[in-house]
Amino acid sequence: MLQTDDVRTANKAPTIESAVSVRNVSKNYGAVEALKNLSLEFPRGELTSLLGPSGCGKTTLLKIIGGLLEPSAGEIEVNGKKVSRPGPDRAFVFQDFALLPWANVIRNVSFGLELRGVARAEREAIAEKYIGNVGLAGFEKSYPHQLSGGMRQRVGLARALSVDSQVLLLDEPFSAVDEQNRRKFQEDLLELVRNENKTFIFVTHSIEEAVYVSDQIAILLPRPSRVSEVIRPSGFREKDVENIRRDPEYLDIVDQIWASLRTYAE
Amino acid sequence: MTAFGYRLPAMSSLLIWALLWEIIGQLHLTFFVPPLSEVLVTLVRILPTPAFLNALAETAYGFLGGVSAAILIGIPVGIMMGKSRLLDELLLPWVNIFLSAPLTALVPVLMVLFGFGMTSIIITTTLFAIWIIILNARAGVMQINRSLIDMARSFGASPLEAFFKIYFWAALPEILGGVRIGVIRAVKGVIIGQLLISIVGFGALFELYSSNFLMGHFWAVLVVLFGLAFTISEFLAALERRVAYYAAKR
Repeated sequence: MLQTDDVRTANKAPTIESAVSVRNVSKNYGAVEALKNLSLEFPRGELTSLLGPSGCGKTTLLKIIGGLLEPSAGEIEVNGKKVSRPGPDRAFVFQDFALLPWANVIRNVSFGLELRGVARAEREAIAEKYIGNVGLAGFEKSYPHQLSGGMRQRVGLARALSVDSQVLLLDEPFSAVDEQNRRKFQEDLLELVRNENKTFIFVTHSIEEAVYVSDQIAILLPRPSRVSEVIRPSGFREKDVENIRRDPEYLDIVDQIWASLRTYAE
Repeated sequence: MTAFGYRLPAMSSLLIWALLWEIIGQLHLTFFVPPLSEVLVTLVRILPTPAFLNALAETAYGFLGGVSAAILIGIPVGIMMGKSRLLDELLLPWVNIFLSAPLTALVPVLMVLFGFGMTSIIITTTLFAIWIIILNARAGVMQINRSLIDMARSFGASPLEAFFKIYFWAALPEILGGVRIGVIRAVKGVIIGQLLISIVGFGALFELYSSNFLMGHFWAVLVVLFGLAFTISEFLAALERRVAYYAAKR
């Protein structure tokens, strides 16, 4: 537990620039408070996880940042500008993939560009590149129902990458993917955060997943929903993907988070 | 289907019924049922006559006009109802009433409103076809996966783009099912219109043949009508099968 105390003091570093700021956001559904006066900063170029038990409003918060839901109070700033609707500065990856079942992989990947009015030849060239990047080369003409869950989410990821937004919003992207593919995905995600200069906001309910992939973990607690703490792992971020899970700090943080969340398990 | 170990060709049940028809006809039990062979001979004989071709053209005109109107109005209205709760609350009772209403009873009212010509026939045909098309398009939209809509919005789709690129395609299997049933109902509509409003087209032929007890002719026209309706319906069913691969996976 000693190490984690160091971690918490380390996360107060004030010099990091925010790509996304959530300021005093509340969301009510009738009398139900889904989010209450929530504020959070998302540093540029890093991956921040929103972690918490189900019903803590993490997906609601992500959808508010994405402009898909309107907050009852408070505001969202992306790159210093207030936003209230979806915009080209953010791209969404969905838990259930949200692919067009009547369209093949290349049309699905280029669909974001299609909606932005990019000409067909150009958008398919871009899509082709990202299909290759996520490891789906050769599947351009396949339809979603011909692909496995993991491959479908790679299509969803390629679609979000191909619009080249600065902020990627990922809503439990690996929860409908089997365990082996999920691990591969997590490794690929680390690679992506390192190589693409983007800000990632990642919703998950898996503690190990959050600690494994995150530069910063925001723990959300329900009833009323709030940020209970923000953890910044410091020691193992630069290590190889194979060694993270054996790192003492990694294990400590996982334990610490579990200790604070266990009372919320049903 | 197989029987006694043999694979039967498609539509072989029709052959059994055709045979039964022929036998009953040959027994001369009633003037109402002439043998099928006689009906078919009559059919071949009347097909090239100007009276028949004229009737076919008039019926096709009324039918295609009515079906086009039902599709062009019905699909957008159904999709809008599926999208908008308000519109749905407003229109659904009427759609349900007209779906089960005896539309034939409304035809005299249409005659008063729109006269005794083709307009009334087309409107009658539309009224027969449109309600099930609306209901099916609505049902198709209501089962759309929410996250597809979120996806379109998050990538900046305008409402019009969402309509043509998401809602229409997601609802297409149901829409085609509705159009297929609507088209079959439109066949009824156009003939009822031609019988009640102005005696033209196939309606006039039915009227003429049955009042002169020309049952061979009567059945021949009915066979042609059945053949046309069956062909269109099978064509639409084939289209439905083409989109069935994603109907189960939305």
